[in-house]
Amino acid sequence: MSEKWLRLIVVATMILLVELLCRVGVIPRMVMLAPSQMVVELAEILRTGQFSADIRTTFTNIAISTALSIVLGFVAGLIIYSLPALRHALEPLLASYYAVPTFVFYPIFITLFGVGSASIIAIAVLLAVVSMITATLNGLDRIPRVLRKTAQIYRMSRAKTALLVELPATLPYLFTGVKLSVAYSFIGVIASEFILSGAGIGYAIAYAYNLFENGHMYALILLVLVTVTIVNTILNMIDRRLQARRQR
Amino acid sequence: MNPAAAGAKVVTLKQQPAPVEAHATLRGVTRIFQLPKSTLHALGPIDLDLAKGEFFSVVGPSGCGKSTLLDILAGLSAPQAGTAHFEGKPVNGVPDGVGVVFQEDASFPWLNVRDNVAFGLRRAGVDPAEIQRRVDYAIGFMGLKDFAASFPAQLSGGMRQRVCIARTLVMQPRLILLDEPFGALDQQTRLLMGDELLRLWRETSATVLLITHALDEAAMLSDRVGVMSTRPGTFIDFVETGWERDRDSRVVSTPHFGDITARLWEKLRVEALKIMSAGKS
Ligand SMILES: Nc1ncnc2c1ncn2[C@@H]1O[C@H](COP(=O)(O)OP(=O)(O)OP(=O)(O)O)[C@@H](O)[C@H]1O
Ligand SMILES: [Mg+2]
Repeated sequence: MSEKWLRLIVVATMILLVELLCRVGVIPRMVMLAPSQMVVELAEILRTGQFSADIRTTFTNIAISTALSIVLGFVAGLIIYSLPALRHALEPLLASYYAVPTFVFYPIFITLFGVGSASIIAIAVLLAVVSMITATLNGLDRIPRVLRKTAQIYRMSRAKTALLVELPATLPYLFTGVKLSVAYSFIGVIASEFILSGAGIGYAIAYAYNLFENGHMYALILLVLVTVTIVNTILNMIDRRLQARRQR
Repeated sequence: MNPAAAGAKVVTLKQQPAPVEAHATLRGVTRIFQLPKSTLHALGPIDLDLAKGEFFSVVGPSGCGKSTLLDILAGLSAPQAGTAHFEGKPVNGVPDGVGVVFQEDASFPWLNVRDNVAFGLRRAGVDPAEIQRRVDYAIGFMGLKDFAASFPAQLSGGMRQRVCIARTLVMQPRLILLDEPFGALDQQTRLLMGDELLRLWRETSATVLLITHALDEAAMLSDRVGVMSTRPGTFIDFVETGWERDRDSRVVSTPHFGDITARLWEKLRVEALKIMSAGKS
């Protein structure tokens, strides 16, 4: 609890410090808005609905990318798990996957899918899916053998064992993959919007930046930060509950 | 309590072993594990007859193949040579009527105690009212009443093992295989749980095979104790205890108990020494 308070105090102090530096003019308005001003600007753009279309596009793309990554990653994980030879071949690739800057492939996606949501989702999925594959493999590896033996003693079918024993046993590990898929989808979608899009929050931020519209820019940045914080808080709450069960 | 009185009252040697019908048998059972670069002869050849309603214990040095033996009897793994039979039929997959309490904690961490205990009954499609009745009984029997809604992570190792015993008992197996079920318990609780196990065995007339590393437990609970050699495990001795069916932990204070334990240790000591000297060289 005290740790939580300390964290809150540190963050609050930093925000207050920036606020102060902005108010006295140490940080010029051209460089950065005071945090309180950002909140005002955010409220304003939400009220006018000026960026509503961009916001909707971005969050829709993030949701699609997350869902696709989870489903594809889980299915791919199951397939790779059931084919040990394939797994053996793929393992080094999976392990070093995140050393590759996925964004360098953006020209390929534009050629394939054109400029727009399809390309953005593709790049975000490419970024996120491997974390789900890895989490699935990890979870399946960690099912204690004795739980499968117990299912056998109850004379359960293969399908029932998968559904009622293996799936719940892997769930805490799968959820780690879900959390990472969400995070990578946020990064993948918003970052792609900077480079290959004419819509979305990332695009709107870049656009505002180019036109020196600091108010809009910081409002949108704040919106992303707040959303990510809320989503992560919820995911972490679920995660903690799952992890508490896992402990033995 | 008074040891002399307990001895006089509780212990009477059976005059003659009653003629019995074999409930489960192993003939020439051998298990060899294929390791990446070699093979490991873990068990056998083993011959064993479990009489119907018998309480049989297995003692043996660590790693001699006791759990492997249990797996084969339960139909969880197949022997490379030999055959296993249960109720006259060859064991091929897990037979109906066999219950196992594993050496490792096998409780499902995502289910509370009640749901853990009810799990097998639900899979077997037992009537809900009957499930309720059996689960309540087993939870009470195992002293878990106050923890019915707790999750395994909130329980001690010994309590989790009791959950596993309870969930095996509710299935009312005809052959109960227990792999060091009291390993995580302290000595007092172990003796008392032993009494409960005896009570249960008397009430159900199930056949019991108990694997244990505690010689006193084996001597006190069993009709017969099989002593295994070091790996590859084979039976080097069978000790008939001669206890009457209506016995309890008080037999530990009788001279006969001392005799049984001494005989078990005499055989096991030789095997334990082999491991010690193998470790040194
Ligand atoms: N699945 C397996 N693959 C390879 N070797 C195994 C496997 N299971 C058991 N063994 C080996 O077989 C031998 C017997 O194992 P087992 O678990 O039956 O011994 P145990 O008598 O139950 O030992 P403990 O008293 O420590 O429980 C050990 O040497 C063990 O390493
Ligand atoms: Mg064992």
